[in-house]
Amino acid sequence: MAIPTVITQFYISEPPAGDQLTINVVAHQWWWDIKYPESGVITANELHVPVGTTINVEMTSNDVIHSFWVPKLAGKLDIMPGKTTSLWFRADEVGEYFGQCAEFCGESHAWMKFRVFAEPIAEFEAWQQKQLANAANPTTAEETQGASTFVAKGCIACHSISGVLGAAGVIGPNLTHLGGRSTIAAGVMDMNQDNLRKWLTDPNEIKPGNIMSNSPVSLAYTNPNFALTTEDINNLVAFLHSLK
Amino acid sequence: MLMWVFLGSECMFFGTLLATYLIYYGQGLPGTPTPGEILDIPTTSVSTFVLLMSSLMMVLAYSSISRGNVKNFRIWILCTALLGSTFLGFQIFEFTEFAHEGLTPKTNLFGTTFFTLTGFHGAHVTVGVIWLLSLFGYSFKGDLTKDGGLNVDLVALYWHFVDIVWIVIFTVVYLIGVTNG
Amino acid sequence: MASIAGALRRPYNPTGVWRWMTTVDHKKIGVLYGVSSFIFFLFGGLEALIMRIQLARAGQDIVSPEVFSQLFTMHALTMIFLGVMPLSAAFFNLMVPLMIGARDVAFPRLNAFSYWLFLFGAILLQSGWFLGGSPNVGWFAYAPLTSSSFSPGNGMEFYIVGLGVLGISSVAAALNFIVTIINMRAPGMSLMRMPVFIWMTLITSFLLITAFPVITVGLIELYFDRTFGMNFFNPDAGADVVLWQHLFWVFGHPEVYILILPAMGIVSEVLPTFSRKPLFGYSVVVLSGITIGFMGWAVWSHHMFTVGLGPIANSVFAITTMSIAVPTAVKIFNWIATMWGGSINIKTPMLFAIGFVGMFIIGGLSGVMHSIAPADAQQQDTYFVVAHIHYVLFGGSIFAIFSGIYYWFPKASGRMLNERIGQIHFWLVTIGFNMAFFPMHFLGLDGMPRRQYTYQTEMGWDFWNLISTMGSLILGIGILVFLHNFFRSLRHGEIAGNDPWDGRTLEWSISSPPPEYNFATIPTVHGRDAFWEEKYGHDGMTVPVVPAGVEANNDAADSHHGIHMPSPSYMPMIAAIGLSVAGYGLIYHFAASVVGASITLVAIFGWAMEPSAEPTNAEGDS
Repeated sequence: MAIPTVITQFYISEPPAGDQLTINVVAHQWWWDIKYPESGVITANELHVPVGTTINVEMTSNDVIHSFWVPKLAGKLDIMPGKTTSLWFRADEVGEYFGQCAEFCGESHAWMKFRVFAEPIAEFEAWQQKQLANAANPTTAEETQGASTFVAKGCIACHSISGVLGAAGVIGPNLTHLGGRSTIAAGVMDMNQDNLRKWLTDPNEIKPGNIMSNSPVSLAYTNPNFALTTEDINNLVAFLHSLK
Repeated sequence: MLMWVFLGSECMFFGTLLATYLIYYGQGLPGTPTPGEILDIPTTSVSTFVLLMSSLMMVLAYSSISRGNVKNFRIWILCTALLGSTFLGFQIFEFTEFAHEGLTPKTNLFGTTFFTLTGFHGAHVTVGVIWLLSLFGYSFKGDLTKDGGLNVDLVALYWHFVDIVWIVIFTVVYLIGVTNG
Repeated sequence: MASIAGALRRPYNPTGVWRWMTTVDHKKIGVLYGVSSFIFFLFGGLEALIMRIQLARAGQDIVSPEVFSQLFTMHALTMIFLGVMPLSAAFFNLMVPLMIGARDVAFPRLNAFSYWLFLFGAILLQSGWFLGGSPNVGWFAYAPLTSSSFSPGNGMEFYIVGLGVLGISSVAAALNFIVTIINMRAPGMSLMRMPVFIWMTLITSFLLITAFPVITVGLIELYFDRTFGMNFFNPDAGADVVLWQHLFWVFGHPEVYILILPAMGIVSEVLPTFSRKPLFGYSVVVLSGITIGFMGWAVWSHHMFTVGLGPIANSVFAITTMSIAVPTAVKIFNWIATMWGGSINIKTPMLFAIGFVGMFIIGGLSGVMHSIAPADAQQQDTYFVVAHIHYVLFGGSIFAIFSGIYYWFPKASGRMLNERIGQIHFWLVTIGFNMAFFPMHFLGLDGMPRRQYTYQTEMGWDFWNLISTMGSLILGIGILVFLHNFFRSLRHGEIAGNDPWDGRTLEWSISSPPPEYNFATIPTVHGRDAFWEEKYGHDGMTVPVVPAGVEANNDAADSHHGIHMPSPSYMPMIAAIGLSVAGYGLIYHFAASVVGASITLVAIFGWAMEPSAEPTNAEGDS
C-alpha cells in the first residue's frame, strides 16, 4: 500500500513535463478571482480550460484559508494567505465540472463554488479572445441607464468592467463578461435575469455576511442615500446581463 | 515524583515556544530589528551568571535544611530569591531597552517570539521567587526539615529546571542569534 | 497561630452538597466527573441533532449559517473535551485505585482540583452561547480565520481560555494518575501484572502531559495575536499560518489516542470477564499500547495532507500512519482471540464491547484509507472524514464507555443496571449509529464537504442525508432509554453484591459500593487477574474459594479499621474558582484576572498550610 501511495503522491505533486497552461487563482471570502497570466484574461468563479492540456493552478488567498476542489478532476489543495500553493490537473473529456471550496472559511463557505469548463482547443481560444475584449456596449435604453447607475451608485468602488470609465475596483469580482458566465455568486445560481435581480435586491440573503451587503465601501447597500430603487435594479440587471 | 513528571510537561511547553522561535528565526520583515542588532551579550551574560549563582544558593539551601540547619537555610534561600529577583530586574531592564530601540512584541516575528519565550521564562522565575520567599517565611513557623526537606527539594528541582531552560534560551537565542546576525 | 489554623481548618464532617463540594475521595470525584460529563455529552448530542435536522433535506434554513458554524464547532469541542475525556476521567477516578489495590490516588486534593477546574472550564466554554456567541471556526480553528479581523467578538476567547483551563485540569489529573500508578500499586503487582485498563490509563496520562503543553502554547500565541497585536499567525508580518496547524495537530493527534486508549483499556477488561478467559496476549496488548503512544507523535501531518507540504512530507506521514495501524490491528486480533473458545456471556457490557470491536474495525479501515495521501486529497474535508471520526469516537470510545458503565455501575452504586433495558439500549444505539454514520462514507465520496450548513438538491445528496438524520434520531432515543435505565436502576436495580460478573480484577473483591477506605487490608498480588487467582487458584476452574482477606474487606462500611483517609478540603474548589475567574478576566477585563489569580494564590497557600486532618470536634480545636 505504501509503495503506490508514495509513487502517486510524487506524481500528483508536480505537473508532468510538457505544455501547460498556468492559471492564477486568488481565493477570497467567498469567491474566486481567476487570472490567466499568459493571455491576460481576468474573470471570476469560472475556469475554462482546453481539453487534454495540463493545467497548472497557482493559488493564494486574499484572506483566510480556502481549498480548491474539483472532485471529478483532481484532489483538493488548500489555499493560504502569504504563500502560493499549486496543483495540476488535466481534463480528458469535454464537460462542465463542479468545484467548491473545501476548507471552512466563514459564514458563506457553503456557497463558495465554481465551475470548470473543459472545451476543445478552438472553443477555448475563442472564449479567451472574447474575454480579452472590452465590455459590450449597452444597446437598449435600460442597459445604458444601467451602465450609468453602475457608476453613480458606487459599484465601481469594488468591481471592474473594462471599457466602462472608472470601473476599476478590485475588491470584488471582475464583471466585464458577467453575462456570459454560467452562474452568479460563485457557482450558486444559474445566470439569468431573475437570479441577477434576486442577487442585486439582497445579496446577503444569498451569501450571508458578504462584503457587498455589509461593508461601508458598498454604498448601495449600506448608505441610505445610495440605496437602489426597483428601477435601478431593473436597469442594472439589463446592463449586467448584456455583458456577454 | 510529581515534580519530575510536571517538569517533563514543562519541557514540552518551553520546547514548543522554542520551536516557534526557531521556525520564525530570520524571517522578520526587513527594516525591523534583528537579533544580531539588538541583543546585548555582555549584559545578558551577567544576568545568566546571576541566575546560575542563584542555583548554587539553592543547592546550599537544600543542603542546609537536609542537615537540619534552619538558620543557614534561611540565609541561602533568601540569597536564592534575591539573585532570582536580580535576574528578573535585568530582564525588565532589557525589555524596556528593546522597546526604546524599536523592538516590541508587535514589531516583527523576532519581537513576537522573543518576548513570548523570554517572557514566559521570566514568569516562571517569578513564580519560583514567590515560592522561595514563601518557604523562607514558613521556616519561621513550620518544620521544613521533615521528610528530609522534601518541600525544599521540590522547589530546588523547579528552580534548577528554570535555570536550565534559561541556559538553553541563552544559547539558542542570544549566542546563536548574535553569531548569525 | 490559632487564628490562622482556625481559618484554614478543614471542613468538619460535611454533609449533603458540602460533602460533594469538599470531597477528596476518588470514588466521589469519579461520580462527579461521570454525571457532569454525561450532561455535557447530552448537550453535544443536542447540537448534533439540530445539525442533522438542518441537513436532512437540501436548502433548509432552520438555523442560520452563523449558528450552524457555532453548532459544529461546539459539538466537537463538547464531545471531545467535555464528553469523552471526562467520561474516561470518571473511570480513571473510580477504578484505578480499586484495581491496583490502593486506598486513593497519590494526591487527593489535586484530584478534586482537577474536577472542579474541569467543571468551571466546561461552564466557561459553554457560556459563550449566552455571552455573545460561541466560537464558530470549527474545533481545530485554523488561523487566520481565528484572527481578530476575521473573528471579531469574544467567541475565540471562549475557545482559547476554555481549552486552556481544561488543559490545566487534564494535566493535573494525568500527573496524579502517573504517580498513583507508578507508586501505589499493591505489593506484588508488578507493572506486567497490572490490568490492561491501568496500563492504558498510564499511557494516556503520559500523552496528556506531553501533548497539552503544545496546544497551550498555540492557544497562548493566538491569544497574544488577538489581544496584543502580535504576529504569530499574521501573514503580513511574514508569519506562516500553517504553524497553527502544526501546533494544533502535534497536540491533536496524540489527543485522539487519549480519547481511544482508555476505551481500549475498558474493553480489555470486559472481554476477558465475559469470555471467562484471560486476555489473549497480555504482553503484546500492553506493548501495542505503548507503541501507539509513541508512534502517535509521528503521524500528525496526516491531518494536513492537503496543505501542500510537499510530496516528501506527505509520503513520510502516509507511511507512519499506515504503520500505526499495525499495533492497533494487533490489539484487535488479541481481543478477538480472547473471545475465541471462551465461554461467552452475552450481557450488555459484552454487547457494547463486541460492538466496539466491530465499529472500531470499520473506523480503522476508513482511517487507513485516509492514510493513502493522494486518495485523501479527495476524502479530506468531506463527510468521509466525518464518518471515520464518528466510527472511531462513537463506535469506539462511546461504545466502550457504555460497556464500562454497565460493567462498573454495580461496583459504584451497589445495584445492577437492568439487563433487558440495557439490551434495548444497545440495539437502538447500534442501529441508529450505523444508520446515521455509515451513509456518510457515501456522501463524502460523492463530494459532500464538511461544515456546510446546507446543500443544493442538484448535488443528489438528499437521500443519504435523510437516512442519516433518521439514524441519529434513533440513536437519540437509544440514549434516552439508557437514561431511563440509569435512573430506574439507581432506585430499583437488583442488588449487585461484591462480584456480580465473576470478575478477574481486584475491584470485585470488595463490597459494592466500596467502603470509603476501599481495602481494609491491602491485598498482596501474585499474578495477573489477581482476584481470579484468589478465587480459583492457579488451575482455573475449581470451585471458588473465598479467602479470608475478601471477607475482611466486606466489613460494614462505617467501621474504619483505624484507617485514616484524606480529609475533605475547601481549597481545591477555591483554587479552581480563582483560575476560572482569572479566565473570564482574560476574556473581558484583566482586572478580573488579577482578582482570580489572587484567589488561586491564596487557595494554594491554604492548600499548603492547612492541617492534614479535619478537626476532631465541631469547634475546630485539635
